[in-house]
Amino acid sequence: MSGWSEHTGKAIALDIENVDTDQLIPARFMSTPRSDGYGDFLLYDMRSKGDGTPEPDFPINRHPHASILIGRRNFGSGSSREAAVYALVDFGIRAVIATSFGDIFSSNSVNNGLLPARVSEEDAARLFTLIGDGQIEVSLDIKTTKIRVGDQTIPFSLSPAWAQKLMNGWDDIDITEHHRPAISAYRERRAKTLPWVFPAEETAG
Amino acid sequence: MMTLLDKLWGAHEIMTGEDGRSLLWVDRHLVHEGSHHAFAKLAARGARVAEPRLTFGVVDHYAPTRGLAATPAIARMIETLERNAAEHDVTCFGLKDRRQGIVHVVGPEQGLTLPGLLINCGDSHTSTHGAFGALAFGIGATEVAHVLATQTIWQCKPKAMRINVTGQLALGVGAKDLALAWIAKLGTGGAQGHAVEYTGDAVRGMSMEGRMTLCNLSIEGGARFGMIAPDDTTFNYIKGRRYAPKGAAFDEAMGYWNTLRSDDGAIFDREVTIEAADIAPIVTWGTSPEDAAPVTENVPSPSDASEAEAERIHAAIDYMGLTPGKPLTEVQIDQVFIGSCTNGRIEDLRAAASVLAGRRAKVPGLVSPGSQEIKAQAEAEGLDRVFVEAGLDWVGAGCSMCVAMNGDSVASGKRCASTTNRNFRGRQGKGARTHLMSPAMVAAAAVTGHLTDVRPLLQGRDAA
Ligand code: SF4
Repeated sequence: MSGWSEHTGKAIALDIENVDTDQLIPARFMSTPRSDGYGDFLLYDMRSKGDGTPEPDFPINRHPHASILIGRRNFGSGSSREAAVYALVDFGIRAVIATSFGDIFSSNSVNNGLLPARVSEEDAARLFTLIGDGQIEVSLDIKTTKIRVGDQTIPFSLSPAWAQKLMNGWDDIDITEHHRPAISAYRERRAKTLPWVFPAEETAG
Repeated sequence: MMTLLDKLWGAHEIMTGEDGRSLLWVDRHLVHEGSHHAFAKLAARGARVAEPRLTFGVVDHYAPTRGLAATPAIARMIETLERNAAEHDVTCFGLKDRRQGIVHVVGPEQGLTLPGLLINCGDSHTSTHGAFGALAFGIGATEVAHVLATQTIWQCKPKAMRINVTGQLALGVGAKDLALAWIAKLGTGGAQGHAVEYTGDAVRGMSMEGRMTLCNLSIEGGARFGMIAPDDTTFNYIKGRRYAPKGAAFDEAMGYWNTLRSDDGAIFDREVTIEAADIAPIVTWGTSPEDAAPVTENVPSPSDASEAEAERIHAAIDYMGLTPGKPLTEVQIDQVFIGSCTNGRIEDLRAAASVLAGRRAKVPGLVSPGSQEIKAQAEAEGLDRVFVEAGLDWVGAGCSMCVAMNGDSVASGKRCASTTNRNFRGRQGKGARTHLMSPAMVAAAAVTGHLTDVRPLLQGRDAA
């Protein structure tokens, strides 16, 4: 995954609270290998009618080239399924702006280069007014944690750890490999002081 | 003065990174069929599972509950897990293993879940294991791959929150009602960014099953972690379980476990107090767990809510096919489901059976025990007869109709009274309408064919 710090793209509004991970990707699509692409599954049951044909008025159907999504509170609540983030990323979404996010969803996002940008209620309301049901060009800067829309600047919050992670795009496993000695030392200490932590080899049963 | 969270966090912290995250040691890593993305990432790096002895696989999300897998794709998901586990020398409780069941039921049942451990699983309801005083949290696929490769995880320490439940729950009111009550009060984002520790007499008075239900639902209130300090109830539950320490090792462990409690005067970032006696049996009416109310109330009217809320309530009621202002007890149901990692344990089955005994269900339904061991125990106690005689189907163990991945689903437009944890749109199948409630309440709904206050139905019976 390559890091990024600035992005300019078309933003659209998804004016719904509690967009949970089961909405972002219904469970029935989750046995698909990632290499097939998950973009078509994004919000599948919301964007399609009962017979599977697209709902023409649904925001991501009207604006299939959007790369920024403005949502409401508690975006991505629910399950740990990273597939919810794959669906967003494979659709082409780089950032979701909302007043709050599911905890696991935000860490999954950052692990896939998707920015979960938190804004205040007032700023979210401003964005919704600006965008309406159209699309609007928005610029994001992770370094300064600022959103730019026309001549307006809106701050967003993101932990410094996550900002760094999004910008450098490193894989955590590579970073952790550098700490092998510390991990081995910890493991040895744990096995010595609390040996019962390591389950005994299974007996018959 | 330390909180339980501080103690558990400190005990697992290998180091702190420059960015402020902690590198934590993982004592138990539980994987299920959904881990295929993570194993694929591992394979792409040519890496091996770092600690196969601390890693356990369980078939649950796609497990068939009536013999054969419903489709070849479902069978493939199960085979993939079993193959990945075998390739990495990881013990796997597969379909033919008597230890098989839902990962959050099996971990505690097998003694893999112990106080003081850090437990990860690629599943949000990993918070369940916190009921033992463990640091347990759900992770995504990238994190699962990281744990597989390194047996560690990078994590920002959450804030500490305490939910203190004073007094005792009334008869017919249980952990599920308590959990839905606090989520309704604080909202599904209410505990975001926090680890919730549950304290108070009502929690102390709960069995391990009840505590697990409570911690399980923490994630529905936004908390990635739920936890309860261990006590004698915990120790008695653990003793003698397959992977739990035995003999002198158990006593030694207990010495440590007894230190796992928040110090008197420890400061929490947030405190909430709930009076247990105020809680009535609760059902959900909408499409989020926060859409919950005592069964004695009515479906809310959007016109009574603020403008922002009104729209959401309207949409939820519309999806659910309800009428504003209608008494909840007049809502007719089409079917019931009893099971899941929230309420598929032996005590849950007993509670449902105590309502169903000698009665007939007016609607069809499925009862799926949380594990094969629970299934065997329930059959030994004759609970299966109660369910079957009431007209419900007694099926195999797995996630089943909680998430509808194995083919057990609720048809579009149908209404299900369910002991599960998520009433999201389409959770139990496309277009399905889910009402969450306790096992006793589901049993009551089955008997009457509509949402029902279970309390009168318990009169003169031993409520389990
Ligand atoms: S029973 Fe439901 S909530 Fe629990 S692990 Fe299975 S799918 Fe997830």
